[in-house]
Amino acid sequence: MTALIALFWRDLRRAWGSGALWLPVLFFLLVATAFPFAVGPDAPLLRRAGGGMLWVAALLAALLPIDRLVRPDQDAGVLDQLAVRGFADEVIAAVKIVAHAIAFGLPLLIALLPAAALLAQDAARVETLATGIAIAIPALASLAVLSAALTANHKGGSAIGGLLILPLAVPMLIFGAGMLDPSGRGAMKLLAATSLLLTMVGPFAAGAALRGLRE
Amino acid sequence: MNAWLRLDGVACIRGDRLLFRDLSLALGRGDALWLRGPNGAGKSSLIRLAAGLLRPAAGKIERHERIALIDEASALDAELPLRRALDFWARVDTVDGHAVDRAMDEMALAPLADVPVAMLSTGQRKRAAMARVIASGAPIWLLDEPANGMDDAAQARLVAAIARHRANGGAVLLASHFTLGVPNLAELDVGALV
Repeated sequence: MTALIALFWRDLRRAWGSGALWLPVLFFLLVATAFPFAVGPDAPLLRRAGGGMLWVAALLAALLPIDRLVRPDQDAGVLDQLAVRGFADEVIAAVKIVAHAIAFGLPLLIALLPAAALLAQDAARVETLATGIAIAIPALASLAVLSAALTANHKGGSAIGGLLILPLAVPMLIFGAGMLDPSGRGAMKLLAATSLLLTMVGPFAAGAALRGLRE
Repeated sequence: MNAWLRLDGVACIRGDRLLFRDLSLALGRGDALWLRGPNGAGKSSLIRLAAGLLRPAAGKIERHERIALIDEASALDAELPLRRALDFWARVDTVDGHAVDRAMDEMALAPLADVPVAMLSTGQRKRAAMARVIASGAPIWLLDEPANGMDDAAQARLVAAIARHRANGGAVLLASHFTLGVPNLAELDVGALV
């Protein structure tokens, strides 16, 4: 257990050290800033379209760091060393998912407030957005670690990684943005169910991908 | 004899090439075996097989003790000072800080404790990786070209560390393309097995 905690802190330190903490957040705020310039300062329109835009930005922000989730550990021999010590690949993947969820999820939720303000979202919609994104964060982290593990042996893996993940992430996008629609009452439960499924499958799929890196 | 590590009729195929077959070896308390052979003979693959990182194409591999591995990657975080990078593995191996102190002394790394791993030279990084192996306290050492980039003084420390490990009852599987001067060493020519 101490070993797993050490692994978790290492991942968190590497994610937040070297200024990488701000990269997804900056990207998220960038989209929120650019969007009003693109569609014009029409508040009702921004309010209607802005929520969905923030969901897309959150999804892409989760995928942004996949280049450094697995590949550096693979190159440095850290994954081999852990395998030699008998850690199951699924456990390594699970630790990485938890660390990534916290590393990008917490700052993202904080950045949501200024981003939502830029897109003229009112308090009720901000609350709905925050709830939805918080529910989706474990699944987004799962998908990010999975695609990082699948593409760790490829140059330019992050581009392929995005393509791999998109179809899996689309249901969350639909249900998450659906929560903002006054008629979408079951959307939150469907989002939670989707997120739960992806979060549960993630460690096993990513673990298998990590094992594949050694072959 | 109760072997800690046993390979039985093992074959290894990398790409489409058969590297070796019918390879058997056993390693127990105090044993040391030198895997020799030219580049590409399969020394590193054999080490990775023994470590469980590769699956054999044929044959059986048993491990009954913990393993410490050194290969071309040092597995130390480049941005951390050396001492903290080693401390991470000490926590993973659940050994205390004294084990790291002793290991760093054995490889004469104490003056480099605060230097970031990225600033270390090739030989210094090899010594650091060796300190990680020593500190782990694992009974079986799998050393893949541990002396690459090391100067004479560092090689002497490596040989002394191997001798001490064996005197304490440890076992060593050593892959090296040149002789290191380790006393009482069994030999296996990996290149002669196809």
